[in-house]
Amino acid sequence: MRDFFVLRVVAKMLIPFMLIFALYVQFHGDFGPGGGFQAGVIVAAAVIFYALIFGLPAARLLVPDALVESMMALGVLIYGGTGIAGMLLGGNFLDYFVLSANPVTGQHVGIFLVEAGVLVTVSGVMLKIFYVFAGRAKLPPG
Amino acid sequence: MSAEHLPVLLVVVPLLAAPLIVLFRSGRAGWLLAVLASMVSLACAIGLFVQVRGGTVISYAIGNWAPPWGIEYRVDVLNAFVLILVSGVATIVSVYARTSVISEVPSDRHYLFYAMFLLCLSGLLGMTVTDDVFNIFVFLEISSLSGYVLIALGRERRALHAAFQYLILGTIGATFYIIGVGFLYLVTGTLNIVDMAGRIQAVADHRPVLAALAFMTVGLSLKAALFPLHAWLPSAYSTAPGAVAAFMAGTATKVSLYVFIRLLFGVFGARLVLQDLPLLEALSLLSIAAMLVASLVAVMEKDLKRLLAYSSVAQIGYITLGVSLANQDGLTAAVVHLFNHGIAKAALFMLVGGAALRLGGCRLEVLAGMGQRMPLSAFCIVIAGLSLIGVPGTAGFITKWHLVLAAAEAGQWLTIVAIGASSLLAAAYVWRFVEAAYFTAPRHHGVQEVSVGMLAPAVIMTVACVYFGLDTSFTLGAAREAAELLLGAVK
Amino acid sequence: MVIMPLSDHYTYWITILLMVAGLYVVIARSNLIKKLVGLAIFQTSVYLLYIAPGKLIGGTAPIASAQFSVYSNPLPHVLILTAIVVGIATLALGLALVVRIKESFNSIEEDEVLVAVHGDAMSEDGDA
Repeated sequence: MRDFFVLRVVAKMLIPFMLIFALYVQFHGDFGPGGGFQAGVIVAAAVIFYALIFGLPAARLLVPDALVESMMALGVLIYGGTGIAGMLLGGNFLDYFVLSANPVTGQHVGIFLVEAGVLVTVSGVMLKIFYVFAGRAKLPPG
Repeated sequence: MSAEHLPVLLVVVPLLAAPLIVLFRSGRAGWLLAVLASMVSLACAIGLFVQVRGGTVISYAIGNWAPPWGIEYRVDVLNAFVLILVSGVATIVSVYARTSVISEVPSDRHYLFYAMFLLCLSGLLGMTVTDDVFNIFVFLEISSLSGYVLIALGRERRALHAAFQYLILGTIGATFYIIGVGFLYLVTGTLNIVDMAGRIQAVADHRPVLAALAFMTVGLSLKAALFPLHAWLPSAYSTAPGAVAAFMAGTATKVSLYVFIRLLFGVFGARLVLQDLPLLEALSLLSIAAMLVASLVAVMEKDLKRLLAYSSVAQIGYITLGVSLANQDGLTAAVVHLFNHGIAKAALFMLVGGAALRLGGCRLEVLAGMGQRMPLSAFCIVIAGLSLIGVPGTAGFITKWHLVLAAAEAGQWLTIVAIGASSLLAAAYVWRFVEAAYFTAPRHHGVQEVSVGMLAPAVIMTVACVYFGLDTSFTLGAAREAAELLLGAVK
Repeated sequence: MVIMPLSDHYTYWITILLMVAGLYVVIARSNLIKKLVGLAIFQTSVYLLYIAPGKLIGGTAPIASAQFSVYSNPLPHVLILTAIVVGIATLALGLALVVRIKESFNSIEEDEVLVAVHGDAMSEDGDA
């Protein structure tokens, strides 16, 4: 796939737009279809697209295995941390009302943080699934 | 962090410790975190039990959204009892797990094992403590998926097939449960158990409610391995790593049975369950079939772990028999057997796991002469086996006694005969081990007792089997209160 | 017994069709991947079961606005989002298990794997 000039150029042009679209989907989860899970899958799709065109080792250089595993864990910790922050600030677990002086702003902040956590975990998991499955293939010589 | 957050800390501490283990990427740190998180959960569970003993109910609103708008965690004496069982078994098995994992799982995956263990624990605890039917599904799947992974980490390749079979059947079970939840939501408009119990009386004879009851019963029976939906259990428990078999045999099916009991009596209520539908008759027939058929298969098994797995299916029949009798003694027996069987099976699988590692297998021929080579292990297996039979002085006797009382109260004399017959069959399969261990010449020479790391937790669990058979104030007291609570809700 | 008109409740008919088709594939096909596909179809029927009744007749998207008074129910969407994620995790785990089974048993047909499993269990007889 690396040898096909058109594919390479188009991929390099499209991948940034895919990532921006993922961020758009992420932040518009409040008002339309979207949110952390969908955005995470689109981010992973962008990196998988890169891996398909430029090869799995190149993708592994771009997003190393250790980073992917850490992303999986970090997202859950961000989500849980938001919950615990609610507890430490005096409310219950996952209480968004206390995260800011104005309860409505608190809700926005809380949802923003947990969706960010979901984005990180889901993109990490999807990418890890791809790495694990694709990495097992025994490629024919040449 | 005051005591009012106990219901949520119970679930959140293992849930957040799991990604921490993945970040640290070390098997040793993973083990330490697993033991610590289990201990914290056990402390929270004991704290909750102390608060709810005597009839108080603790309600905790997640996100400070009042129920039924938000998800509510609700702890009463029935919950708290199951929470102590699950976190207690997890603590002891996590200490045992260190040696078991080192011998059975490749070393680059140790930290993943402990992460999955904590996720499974957190899922089971969440299932028990939540009062929202959909939340039960989410935690059910968390515990099930991590359970499939844990089972697939077994040494032989049969573990992979067993995990796959469990995955298919378990997912079908969970999906049946969620179909039931869907029907209930469509008809009542709420997902909160307490709210639903109030609203369901108005719509109790609509067909979706009956369909929901049917779907949920089948789904939860698949997860609880009630005969004849038990096909996944023998392969899964016999090929899983020793610590996994001990943990899951002690907890996973029990929590599904708890959810079943809670929904049956807490949501569907008197008219449907006790009067309109022959659900209890069908349940008692299946329970008796489980008790007799599974014990019979266990007697004929040659592999000790498979024997114990079939014995689990039979013992789950006792629990559902208690539920089907639906009187005070029956429900007491069912609830107390959740605990008694949990600790007995955890002890047995820990002991057999250790013996299998030392002797190279767990077929009865391989375990020959274990009484001479590994006296303490063999003795503890016999003691825990006596708890399975229901010998007075062990925890199992308490259950059998109350089951017999319940059956006598309901006038079901054939049931008493069936209980007696299955106890005899249990004696038969325990005798098979005794014969192999004490009356057969040992095959292996120079084999020593298992290491202290594996033996100590197993011995503690065995001692617990005997202790809770003699001092029943905790188990029986909690079970009686729980049974009153359930029957009170029904009336 | 009243039989529901086909056109009024077509979503429920489709749900039932998918549910039964999925279960049939899980039971009747021996290829492990086909079983997983059947499971996915079965789970998809459940999504439809939740979401279709959530759309109220005359209801608009559930964003509060002064112009509208009837909103569709957003709760089924949230529940099904969770259920979809659970379904994906199950599918990924199932496929990973199939890859490992293929590497260990050299087959992904259930009957061949069962024969091998049975053979493994029997061959432990002679092990010391």
